[in-house]
Amino acid sequence: MLEASKSRQDGALDEPVVKLDRVTKTYRIGAVEVRAVRGVSLAIAPQRFTMLIGPSGSGKTTLLNLIGCIDAPTSGMVRIAGQDVAKLSDTALSDFRARHVGFIFQSFSLIPVLTAYENVEYPLLLTGVSAPKRREATLEMLEAVGLKDQRRQRPNELSGGQKQRVAIARALVKRPDIVLADEPTANLDSETGASVIALMRRMQAESRTTFIFASHDSQLISHADDTFTIRDGGIVGQEHAA
Amino acid sequence: MIFKIAFRSIFRNTRRSLTTMLTIAIGTAATLVFGAYTVYVVYGLQTSAVDRVGHLTVYRRGYFDFGSGNPAIWGIPRYNAVLKMITTDPVLRPLIAVATPVQYMAGIASNSDSGESRTFIGTGFIPSDRDRMKHWDEYDVGRAGDADTGLRDSDVSQGIVGVGMARVLGLCESLHLGNCPKLPTGAPSENAAAADVASLPKQDFSDLVARDQPASGAQHGPLLPRIDLLAATAGGAPNVVDLEIFKADPQGVRELDDIYVGMHIALAQELVYGRGEHRATGIIIQLHRTEDMPAARARLAKLFRAHGLDLETRDFAEITPFYTQALNLFRSIFSFISIIIGIVVIFTVSNAMGMSVIERTDEIGTTRALGVRRAGIRRQFLIEGVLLGAMGATGGVLIAFLVSWLVNRSGLTWLPPGQAQPVPLRLYMIGAWDLIGWTWALLIGLAALAALLPANRAARLQIVDALRHV
Repeated sequence: MLEASKSRQDGALDEPVVKLDRVTKTYRIGAVEVRAVRGVSLAIAPQRFTMLIGPSGSGKTTLLNLIGCIDAPTSGMVRIAGQDVAKLSDTALSDFRARHVGFIFQSFSLIPVLTAYENVEYPLLLTGVSAPKRREATLEMLEAVGLKDQRRQRPNELSGGQKQRVAIARALVKRPDIVLADEPTANLDSETGASVIALMRRMQAESRTTFIFASHDSQLISHADDTFTIRDGGIVGQEHAA
Repeated sequence: MIFKIAFRSIFRNTRRSLTTMLTIAIGTAATLVFGAYTVYVVYGLQTSAVDRVGHLTVYRRGYFDFGSGNPAIWGIPRYNAVLKMITTDPVLRPLIAVATPVQYMAGIASNSDSGESRTFIGTGFIPSDRDRMKHWDEYDVGRAGDADTGLRDSDVSQGIVGVGMARVLGLCESLHLGNCPKLPTGAPSENAAAADVASLPKQDFSDLVARDQPASGAQHGPLLPRIDLLAATAGGAPNVVDLEIFKADPQGVRELDDIYVGMHIALAQELVYGRGEHRATGIIIQLHRTEDMPAARARLAKLFRAHGLDLETRDFAEITPFYTQALNLFRSIFSFISIIIGIVVIFTVSNAMGMSVIERTDEIGTTRALGVRRAGIRRQFLIEGVLLGAMGATGGVLIAFLVSWLVNRSGLTWLPPGQAQPVPLRLYMIGAWDLIGWTWALLIGLAALAALLPANRAARLQIVDALRHV
């Protein structure tokens, strides 16, 4: 299955998987208008380990939300996997996220009433994958993150690191075009964080999925292929490894 | 998966969910128990009415609206031929349990021993038919407590009176009635009818009695008290018969108990028609099953048309408006209780689901980010409401069955309105499948309705706001 994903993406390496053009996002908090993102334009290449870095309040999470299609820009264009997401209805946007975007949250955000297996299986149900294929893909992914033996446990029976592994498996099981991770190591101790980073790096290499992080964790940043530095809602610098 | 999440989510906060389900269960049980009681009361009232007036009564057209004041002139001529036509009809015959003539009348009753008189409403019937009618119990409401008349078809001289009538006429002692005060001595009579009778020359009334006595042809028992009944014949002439009072029967309704006289139809006809043609006010038809009433009524109408008879039928609900009034009263009480319970259920479920939405805001944001549509979130919470309702309502049905089982075996009795004898208190759960089904479905529907508002609130949440929720 990983090989299939690889061949799917090989033909589109030149096209950026994420393209933002003069994107702004303004919030209104009471009478105060907050400009969280100010005219950002960027292109993120596929199959890369990309970091949005910056201090707290810089706008990197807002930018990540816009890329993940869970928030709409005030102005500008957001194109994900070749799709101008502004043209999609709320329902179509939900379907788009279900197929193309995976999320890894800082607080894991697993569904507490489902087992590890069911949490990983859940995104496949949303895309109508048949039961045998769901089972095969879910077990394969749980094995990949080293949690096959814990598949029947619920989130409250798992450690923080295990929960984040389940979250990684959930994000990757549907073979999305992009995986977005907002501070994925913030709630983990450094040792567990390091192992989760190593896992994500390995999974990214195997699946050739585009990983986009918002983080100020130096340990995580050191693994980045590309970095965009955000400050006061704008991009103030970027680096691209070879 | 959606059901799995819904079912497990319900038990995330076990105490709250159990409280909600218990509220629904108690609401369901209360509705069902009262509904089962209402069904029983309605059946009881119906049985009481059908025991007395049958399912259908055939009258001369117009009697029901205009004839009660003077039943003598509204009698059905050649009623025995009509009765035979009805009882031998191949369609009606298998439906009929009892078909019997009845004669109504009004007049003045007097007890020459005590010197007391009062107006009476009389019913003439065939005793054996009346006793058979009293044993009709289609719904097994347990009315065996109602004693037979004790009268015999072969003895036309005997009759019964209401306990109130016995009291007013000074018959308590001679009928050995307990809890029946004696007449006060020397008390002035303010009853207009009694005054009228008192004003009649005593000798004239006695003469009428003496003249009519041989016509009854009855052998009076030496110990039974006797009263005289005075009424106008169909021709307008006064007529008197002598009646031996076999016993006093409570009539349930005091207004009737104070004026009721029951007797053999032959004696009633003798009083009303004298030596003229004996007619009957009506022909009472009691069916085996109430559900056959429309068919029987339609067949009777067809027969009357075919034979050119100027007759009509009235059913027990028309003849005893109290039945319909009591039915409507119980229905309105049932509706009122159901509405109150429904409101309580709606608020309880809505509150529980609202709390659940608040607690699971982060989960809603996560699932929306994963690609669940707004409709999917709405469906999720609606299903949880329905599951809560279904489990609570099912529990309520079980509780109601348990309560009805206990009540039906408790031996409790009660005195229904309009009846003289206490009857067993029963709850008709078994067989009330419509009531159970509708109540169960309605409570689930209300739970879904109550979940709709929180479900919509959950569906409308902005994903980023939901994910930020702590």
